[in-house]
Amino acid sequence: MSRYVIGRIGQAALVLWAAFTVSFILLQALPGDAILIKFLNPELGLGPEQIADIRASYAADSPLWMQYLHTVANFLTGRFGYSIHAGVPVGDLILANLPPTLWLATLGFLLSVVVAVILAALSALSPFSWLRSFIQSIPSLFISTPVFWLGILLIQVFSFQLKLIPVINPGPWQALILPVLTLAVPISAPLAQILMRNIDQVLTEPFVAVARAKGASHRWVLWKHVAKNAVLPTLTIAGILFGELLAGAVVTEAVFGLNGLGGLTQRSVNDQDIAVLQAIVVFSAAAFVLINLTVDLLYPVFDPRLRARQGALA
Amino acid sequence: MTTAINIRPVPADVPKLPLLEISNLAVGYRGSDGFQRVVHEVCLLVRPGEVVALVGESGSGKTTTAQAVIGLLAENGRVEAGAVRLNGTDIAGWSQRQLDTIRGSRISLIPQDPTSSLNPVKTIGAQVAEVLQIHRQGSRAEIDARVIELLTRVGLSQPELRAKQYPHELSGGMRQRVLIAIAIALRPALIIADEPTSALDVTVQKRILDLIDELRREYGTAVLLVTHDLGVAADRANHIVVLKGGRIQEQGPTAEVLAFPRSEYTRKLLADAPSLGKARAVPRIRSPLISGSDDAIAVESLVQDFSIGGNREVFRAVDGVSFTVKRGTTHAIVGESGSGKTTTARSIVGFQKPTSGRILVDGIDVTILRGENLRQFRKTIQLVYQNPFASLDPRQTIFQIVEEPLLNFDPLPREDRAKKVHAILERVGLPQSVLARKPRALSGGQRQRVAIARALVLDPQVLVLDEAVSALDVTVQAQILALLDELQQALGLTYLFISHDLAVVRQISDTVSVLHNGRQVDSGPVEDVFLRPGSSYTRELISAIPGQRGIGQH
Repeated sequence: MSRYVIGRIGQAALVLWAAFTVSFILLQALPGDAILIKFLNPELGLGPEQIADIRASYAADSPLWMQYLHTVANFLTGRFGYSIHAGVPVGDLILANLPPTLWLATLGFLLSVVVAVILAALSALSPFSWLRSFIQSIPSLFISTPVFWLGILLIQVFSFQLKLIPVINPGPWQALILPVLTLAVPISAPLAQILMRNIDQVLTEPFVAVARAKGASHRWVLWKHVAKNAVLPTLTIAGILFGELLAGAVVTEAVFGLNGLGGLTQRSVNDQDIAVLQAIVVFSAAAFVLINLTVDLLYPVFDPRLRARQGALA
Repeated sequence: MTTAINIRPVPADVPKLPLLEISNLAVGYRGSDGFQRVVHEVCLLVRPGEVVALVGESGSGKTTTAQAVIGLLAENGRVEAGAVRLNGTDIAGWSQRQLDTIRGSRISLIPQDPTSSLNPVKTIGAQVAEVLQIHRQGSRAEIDARVIELLTRVGLSQPELRAKQYPHELSGGMRQRVLIAIAIALRPALIIADEPTSALDVTVQKRILDLIDELRREYGTAVLLVTHDLGVAADRANHIVVLKGGRIQEQGPTAEVLAFPRSEYTRKLLADAPSLGKARAVPRIRSPLISGSDDAIAVESLVQDFSIGGNREVFRAVDGVSFTVKRGTTHAIVGESGSGKTTTARSIVGFQKPTSGRILVDGIDVTILRGENLRQFRKTIQLVYQNPFASLDPRQTIFQIVEEPLLNFDPLPREDRAKKVHAILERVGLPQSVLARKPRALSGGQRQRVAIARALVLDPQVLVLDEAVSALDVTVQAQILALLDELQQALGLTYLFISHDLAVVRQISDTVSVLHNGRQVDSGPVEDVFLRPGSSYTRELISAIPGQRGIGQH
C-alpha cells in the first residue's frame, strides 16, 4: 500500500475521532437528559430513590471522562449502547431505519447528478448566449429553494391537485418519488454550477484551441476533451455534498413522514436519547469520511498527473 | 551591404499565386465598454513555401490577426471587414462547421505554450491520432503507424513509448515537438505558428525553429510566424510585417526591413531588441560612490540539495557554485530552466539554508542567520520578481505597496514614510498620480517600476533581479534596463541579475556565471565569456541567440 493511501486513511481515522469527540462533548452539554425525560413522567409514579437507581444503572453520574472512555471503548468494539427511550440496542435501531434513508440518499444523489449533467450539457451546447445565461441561472434558483417548502409544494401539486401519487399508503416506489425529487433539486444546483463553471474554464484552455485547430467540431471538443477535465474537480464537491444529502434527508423524511435515519434523528433529539444521537453522528461521519476517502483514492485512476505524484510519494 | 544581408535566396517561384491573401482585415472584440476594433486594415500575402513573420509587441494585434485566419477568435471577437483568401477562396465569412473541414488539413496551428496546449488526461499518441481521426485518414492500425512515424519525424526518441505517455511526462521542448507533429500530420499548405518558442529555453528554441524550417522545406508548407522577437523573425522569415496598435507599420522582405526600416517604430524596435543590438562596447563607468574593491556578495562552493521521494533520494540543484560580486557592479547568473539559477538566488537572499558552502552578503554570513537577524538582514538585500502582474497585490494601492516594507522595519512617522514613498517613486520615473491607483490600472512596465520602487524603499545594498525584464516587451525592457543602470550609478547598488536571456545579460552585466544542471560551467567578465567561452554549453547558448544570421554578421 502506498504512502498516499496510508496517509489518506490516517486522516480519515482522525476525522472520525474528532467527530466522535466533538459530538460527545456537545451532547453532554445539552441541558436535561433522557433518563429524566423518560422516568420523571408523573404517570410512571417513580420515587426519587428509584430514579437514582436507574441513573446509577446507566452510569449516568460517573465522571465525564470515564463515560467518554467507556463509550470510546464500546464503539471500538462495535457496541453502541442501548436506546434509553426505546430500550433496544442502538445498532438494531440504526439498521432498521437505514434502508429507507439509503434508498432516498442514493436515488437523490443519482438524480441530482443526472439533473446537473443535463443542465451543464444544455448550457454547453446551447447555440445562443441568451439561452446559455438562462440555463446557467437555473441552479441559483434551485439552491435557494428550501427543502421543506419544495416538499410541501410537491405534495400539494402531485398528490392533492393532480392526484398522481396517493398520500395514504403509497407503494414503496411511489412513496420515494417525491422525497427523492425534493432532495435532489437543491443538491443538483451546486453540482451543476461547478460543472458549468469548469466547462467554461476548460473551454478557454489552449489545448481546446489546439483541438479546434485540428478540425474538431464543438461537440467533439466537448465530449473528447472538455468532459473529463471538467468532471475531475467536480468529484471532490460531490463527496462533500454527501454531507448536505444527510442533512437534507432529515428534513425530507420529516416532511414526507418517512421512517428513516432522519426520522430517527428527529425523534432522538426530542427525547434527548444521547446514545442514539451519538451513534448516528458517528455513523454519518463514517459514511461521509468513507465516501470522501473513496473519491480521494479514485482520483489517480482518472487523472494521470496524480498517478505520477502518487508514485513519487510511494 | 544589401547583398551581404541577403541571407536567403528568394524562392525561385515567386510569381506563384498567393496561398493566403489577407486584405483590409478588421477585427474587433465586444467588451464591457462596447465594441472595440483591435485590428485595422491589415493586408498581407503569404506565398506557398514562404515564411511571413508578424512582428509586434503585446497588444499589437498580431495574435488576433493569426486567430482570424484560422477562425479561432475568442468568443467575443468578430471579423468586421475584409477578406481572408485561402487559395483564392474567401474564408472570412465561413461558419465554424465549414472551417472544421479545412482546419488541421489545410491550415494548422503550432500554439504558444506547449505546457497547456496538450490535454493533460489524454496520451500523446491519442492526441496526435485525433487529427487523423477527425479527417478520417485510414484505419486504426494505419493511424497508429502514422502516429509513430510522425513522432519519429519530429525527432522524438522512443516514439512508441512517447505515444503511451501523458503530456506531464514530457519536457516543454518534447511537447512542442508533439504539437508540431500534430500540425504537420496532414501536410497542410499553411501553418500558423503563434509564438511557437517563446515559452522555451533558448537552446530548445533554436532546435524547434530549425525543425519547423526543415519540415517547411521538406513539405513545401508556408508558415505565418507570429512573434514578439525581432531576432527570431530576422533569422527565419522571408518577409516581415510589423504591427503596432493593430495597424501595419511596414512590411517587406526581411533583409530590406532590417537594413532600411522605413517607419520610426521599426527603427525603435530594432534599437531596443537586445538580440539584434551589439554588446555594450564602451566599458561601463562605475558609480563614483563606490570606493575600494570590497565584495558585496561572495559565494563559496554553494551546494543545495533537495530531498525527493520521501527523504530517500536527493536531488542536487546547485553543485559547487562560487563567485564574487564587487560592490556597485552587476553579476549575472545565466542558465536555462532547471539550471539552478533561481535556487542559487534564493539561498543568497536567505530563503533557504544551503546544504554546504558559504554566502557572504555585505560581509554578513547569510547561512548562519536566524530569526530576527535574518529579518533585519532582508533590509540589505531585496528581490524584484519576474512577473510584475503577479508580484503586486491587486487589492493594494501603489502607495500601500511601496510603503509596506517601511512598516516592517524601524517605525517611521507617517509623514516621513509618505515622503520616502514619493521620493522613491520619482526615482523610478513614475508620476505621483499613480499612488492612489491599483496595479491593474498600470502597464507592465509601470508595474515593474513599482516593484523596483518597493525593493528600493528600504535603501538596500543589493538587488536580486529574478528575470525582472523577461516578461516585458522589448521597448519597455530597454527602458527598465536603462532605469536599472541609472539607479546603479546614482545609488551605488549591486545587482544580481538572474536571466535566461544571454543578449540582455551581455547588455547589463559586468560579470557572469553560466550554470548548467547546477554546475557553474563558465564565469568571469561578461565579454571574456562571450568572446572566449570556456565550455561547449556556453558556446551552444551563445549560438542559439536569435537574430545572429541577419545583422550579426556585419
